[in-house]
Amino acid sequence: MKLFSFKGGIHPPENKDLTENLKIEDFKIPKEICIPLLQHIGVVLEPLVKVGDRVKKGQKIGDSSGFLSSPVHSSVSGVVKKIEVRPFPVSGRVNTVIIENDYEEEIFEYPKYKEYEKLTKDELLKIVREMGIVGQGGATFPTHIKLNPPKDKKIDVLLINGAECEPYLNADNRLMLEQTEKVVKGIDIFRHILGVQRVVIGIEENKEEAIHKMKEEASKYGMEIAVLKTKYPQGGEKQLIKAVLDREVPSGKLPSEVGVVVQNTATALSVYEAVIEGKPVIEKVLTVSGLGVKTPKNLRVRIGTQFKEILDYVEIDREKTEKLVMGGPMMGLAQHSEEVPVIKGTSGILALTKKEMNPYKSRACITCGKCVDACPMNLSPLMYAKLARFQEWKEMDKYDLLDCIECGSCSFVCPANRPLTEGIKIGKAKLRAMKR
Amino acid sequence: MDKLYRVGQSPHIRTKETIESVMYDVVIALLPTLLVAIYFFGMKALYMTLVAVISAMLAEYVSLKLMKREITIFDGSAIITGMLFAFISPVTLPYPYIIIGSVVSIVIGKMVFGGLGHNVFNPALLGRVFLMASWPALLTRYVNVDGSAGATTLDYLKKGKDLMEVFGHNVYLDMFIGKMAGSMGETSALALLIGGLYLIYKKHIDWKMPVTIISAVFILALIFGQNPFYHILSGGLFIGAFFMATDMVTTPYTTSGKIIFGLGVACITMLIRLKGSYPEGVAFSILIMNGVTSLINKYTKPKKFGEVKSNE
Ligand code: SF4
Ligand code: SF4
Repeated sequence: MKLFSFKGGIHPPENKDLTENLKIEDFKIPKEICIPLLQHIGVVLEPLVKVGDRVKKGQKIGDSSGFLSSPVHSSVSGVVKKIEVRPFPVSGRVNTVIIENDYEEEIFEYPKYKEYEKLTKDELLKIVREMGIVGQGGATFPTHIKLNPPKDKKIDVLLINGAECEPYLNADNRLMLEQTEKVVKGIDIFRHILGVQRVVIGIEENKEEAIHKMKEEASKYGMEIAVLKTKYPQGGEKQLIKAVLDREVPSGKLPSEVGVVVQNTATALSVYEAVIEGKPVIEKVLTVSGLGVKTPKNLRVRIGTQFKEILDYVEIDREKTEKLVMGGPMMGLAQHSEEVPVIKGTSGILALTKKEMNPYKSRACITCGKCVDACPMNLSPLMYAKLARFQEWKEMDKYDLLDCIECGSCSFVCPANRPLTEGIKIGKAKLRAMKR
Repeated sequence: MDKLYRVGQSPHIRTKETIESVMYDVVIALLPTLLVAIYFFGMKALYMTLVAVISAMLAEYVSLKLMKREITIFDGSAIITGMLFAFISPVTLPYPYIIIGSVVSIVIGKMVFGGLGHNVFNPALLGRVFLMASWPALLTRYVNVDGSAGATTLDYLKKGKDLMEVFGHNVYLDMFIGKMAGSMGETSALALLIGGLYLIYKKHIDWKMPVTIISAVFILALIFGQNPFYHILSGGLFIGAFFMATDMVTTPYTTSGKIIFGLGVACITMLIRLKGSYPEGVAFSILIMNGVTSLINKYTKPKKFGEVKSNE
């Protein structure tokens, strides 16, 4: 069998077995939910409700007229208790709507379109936006914008990212397994919106069952499955396009430049639910794992659920847990505290112990070149820590800093534990500020 | 207050590999050569290696103390330098000179540049060249494996003698397993190859470096009408190709850089062997190429992903 792959990349310990065979469980619906008014890259939304208002499940509670925005909805029925600035898992603090659940589960009705083929592209795009769909691989880019590439770029392939290359995470894997039909139908809606014929679904080799089930279902729609070599960052957009289609996205450009739109499997499910079931994005399937929790699980939780409640449920060992991460261990975001809510981009919650993190003191670079071999973008990561230390931002630019996808592969492999990714992030911020 | 967790940039997990584990893998890779040296040259080979390693570590300890740095003498790098220095010395070298060479390797070769990762030249080779410049006679006092005084195959070659005639039998195999005169750790191509393969398997070194050097020397020897097998099997070419030209700190990190470096080493080696007054050329040629490593790195930056024409 042909395995699709790209140059570079790494093989971190997968640790997927912790939750690989666990069915998605519905997590209890919390008494109080906190919906941050920012769950997409873009501007903070305006609240559409006031303290004391009663809201229904699925009701839109925040929106903005900004270009890069996507609304948020209440995930329960209940009463708005507060609207205040609260800690936010992506960074800092953000205006948040706090709703007290009345457990009535009274639903805000939206139209359902079983025959989505009859809708026009614009009608579908409007639903995608209204239902608050954003890229759920973690990047939270508004999906309606991604599905509407510039007119002058001819799109001929829809590429579905089912790689889920981050260690530990199994949410996409489980979705492909348990909700195969819905996922594939969601993909078909994407296809309909984009008006493309060719659809390729890339899945990593280690998800045998998912490959099997998806293949069966996708063949009914004439979609292809590409089995990918298990390696990180196989799910990186540019790496995926290169691996599957052998097209190289030019530096500084988007996939549409080479005629491709990439969408994630979980996002496909959201689109299915939005169009066919009239359900906005109010739930999220995520993996809770790491050696810091006693019973790792795949859970379907309401958006706005506090991490703390989930972590109590899976019996977190707070003594042993060194880092709390939202997302995967390679690109996820470390959390200060458990007092943050699940948002649309939460693909996992990891309680990592020292043992699995392998932290050690940073040392001088021995120019072993391992970071260079690992870099999927073919950069020279070893230069970044050094140049950042000497504040040589311009020089960093010469080393193509802005092409870095921040995958962390270089930091992972470095035997000297150089602060490569740190240098990269600082450098990028400085460079962007300079270029402005 | 609830527990506050550690924050910090991703990635949140790291490889188990450390500088120590990489360095100790190199030490492991050098063991077959040590065993062969003991087999052919006796326990003196072991004692010499121990003396070299201990003096290297002590020299590093004192330097780090003086520089008020963290003591990292067990990171493995000083052990490697000591071993390599011993291996490129003839077994006849008296102990005081072993100590001097080892200390010079560490102090001048590494610590004055700022320690591990900052040195420009391969420390062991620098120590060797220092001794060669100060006491040239000592370093060419080779013995045959039976203990009798002997010249290296390269000496014979330089004098234009036919090796078959000198040894009276086919010597390829002897040379390959290490049954010949030479520095104690240079003679056995087989042992060095085993160690080198281990490092390639562990992904610590890139096979392209030794392959470039050895095949380039082979081809150059052919071009100049020499016996290519003698040239690749003698004069420390294998130890140079597998353990010194692959030294991470002092050689290029880019793939094309490694090939350029390897070609440079091969050309200079042959130049010195054929035209110079030294029978060996490997040590000098690697040191010379070390000097241009940063330049090579600069001009062989890997071609970044996406460096394709966009259809604008
Ligand atoms: S330099 Fe950037 S793209 Fe390359 S490995 Fe490091 S984080 Fe990934
Ligand atoms: S992996 Fe680390 S030690 Fe090796 S070259 Fe890169 S930065 Fe230097």
